[in-house]
Amino acid sequence: MADIRTIADDTGGEEPRTLPVTLAGVEYTPGPRPPRRRPGKPGPGRWVLRLIVVAYLFFLVAWPVSLVVKNTFADGFSDLAAVFDDPDTMAALWLTVRIAVVSVVINTVFGVGMSILLVRYRFPGRRALSALIDLPLSVSPIVVGLALVLVYNSVDGWFGTALDDRGIDVIFAWPGILLATTFVALPLVIREVVPVLEEIGTEQEQAAHSLGAGAWATFRRITLPSIKWALVYGVVLSLARALGEFGAVKVVSGNVLGNTRTATLAVEEKYLNFDKPGAYAVSFLLVMVAVSAIVVVALIRPGKKDR
Amino acid sequence: MAQAITAPEVAPPRRRHPGSGRLTRVSGLGLGVAMIWFSLLVLIPLAAVVVTASEGGWSAFWTAVTNEQTAAAIKLTVGTALAVTAVNIIMGTVIAWLLVRDSFWGKGILEVLIDLPFALPTIVAGLVLLSLYGPKSPVGVDIANTRWAVFVAFLFVTLPFIVRTVQPVLEELDPEVEEAAASLGASRLTTFRRIVLPALVPAIAAGAALSFARAVSEYGSLVLLSGNLPFKTEVTSVRVLSSIENNNTESAAAVATVLLVISLAVIVALDVIQRRVSRRG
Repeated sequence: MADIRTIADDTGGEEPRTLPVTLAGVEYTPGPRPPRRRPGKPGPGRWVLRLIVVAYLFFLVAWPVSLVVKNTFADGFSDLAAVFDDPDTMAALWLTVRIAVVSVVINTVFGVGMSILLVRYRFPGRRALSALIDLPLSVSPIVVGLALVLVYNSVDGWFGTALDDRGIDVIFAWPGILLATTFVALPLVIREVVPVLEEIGTEQEQAAHSLGAGAWATFRRITLPSIKWALVYGVVLSLARALGEFGAVKVVSGNVLGNTRTATLAVEEKYLNFDKPGAYAVSFLLVMVAVSAIVVVALIRPGKKDR
Repeated sequence: MAQAITAPEVAPPRRRHPGSGRLTRVSGLGLGVAMIWFSLLVLIPLAAVVVTASEGGWSAFWTAVTNEQTAAAIKLTVGTALAVTAVNIIMGTVIAWLLVRDSFWGKGILEVLIDLPFALPTIVAGLVLLSLYGPKSPVGVDIANTRWAVFVAFLFVTLPFIVRTVQPVLEELDPEVEEAAASLGASRLTTFRRIVLPALVPAIAAGAALSFARAVSEYGSLVLLSGNLPFKTEVTSVRVLSSIENNNTESAAAVATVLLVISLAVIVALDVIQRRVSRRG
């Protein structure tokens, strides 16, 4: 096999069909299939490609990210300890975690329900809905923030004034942050679950149904186990997205210290206030969360193929 | 033969094809609740942007969008997004190809590196790039507050899109077809251009659309890196934000509508690509 490869390479790209007969005559062996030459023997071209890709990713991602780790520990653990000692920063971190968890729960329930509706049912507007569901992924976070402010602000918002009369603040308070965070991560669970639901089909569900299982029992014992890993994958992505949202939260939060300041807003504020060690330390925590999310996802992925 | 003929009769006639279900009372209720939530969270707020933008009429909208500073921001954003998408089309395809068809030590690390920009908060992405390409750069490259900063930030945040859309398609592609082409004397470049590339075009297009949309809407990674200098490094999202902060809601909504239209165009393009691919089977 390797021989074909080298000979074929030597023919060059210009006249690809001048040599085939002799080539095929030399090496072609009918009968049992030759083993797959998946990676092949790396030629010089392959090495050049490898070098380009590794260099590209090193300069664009690996080196810059590693510098955050380096800058965080430039003075040992003192910068990180300062973060944990600062009540305002801790409040920001806790707010971020709480908001992220609630928004992930909302998006998971909504996402699973919406995925089942989109895949298992037919109703007018289904195609438009399934396209619109992806919209939050491509809308600018600033536009998301503006959209929520226009509807929910307490001065002239479409619903905001009515909510304000009932004493509910949305913008410049935590509900606004929750809405913004939920908005930006909305499609992630759906995008993972829908393909799996489409792939598994309905036969098992119908078998369960014809054996007398109710809708809930069918969902819990048949549907849920088969979408389990896609769901976990979607949840991890949503969590990472929710913890890291910045632009939309910046517009709706008002950045009130200890009240509506999230971790990402703290990074910006610390950096602009010349507290670079603090900014790096909080960033380091966020990087750690992002990296562990990806590693979890990478560990799950092989399981995805087994099904 | 007899079996084949009787088979359809054996199958219960009431069996539905996957996905042909009619709404029942429970699922109808579920759809209702989901739609109310989706409308309250996404559709009505986004509609509010368009309505607010149209309140002043076409001339007010046009004035806001063609404002000298805004027009410069839109031009910079769209131009850089196009350039970045072009780079991504090449680099993304090469990276995806290498990840699927090659195996070498450390490939797992590359996989993690590719997902990192998606999982990293954008403000952290900006800080991260600033520490290598900022004033205190260890390599002596200071692109902070220049247009290169916008370019690099876009490149960073859009890295995963084409790789991740092309990769699964490439995995499904049978290497035997490529081997056949190679054994017929096609060089690797010809094989790639005539066998692999046509199969990848829909995936590349989908990834390019996503990456363009992401770049156009980017904000967080530029805050610390680009300096947001008017006429120079100020992008569209920043224009919207400064209008919001100046309480100029109409102008903010007008520019936001432009961004929204781009997002919608990308969504429609993706839908069309997906349908074309599934029709082809």
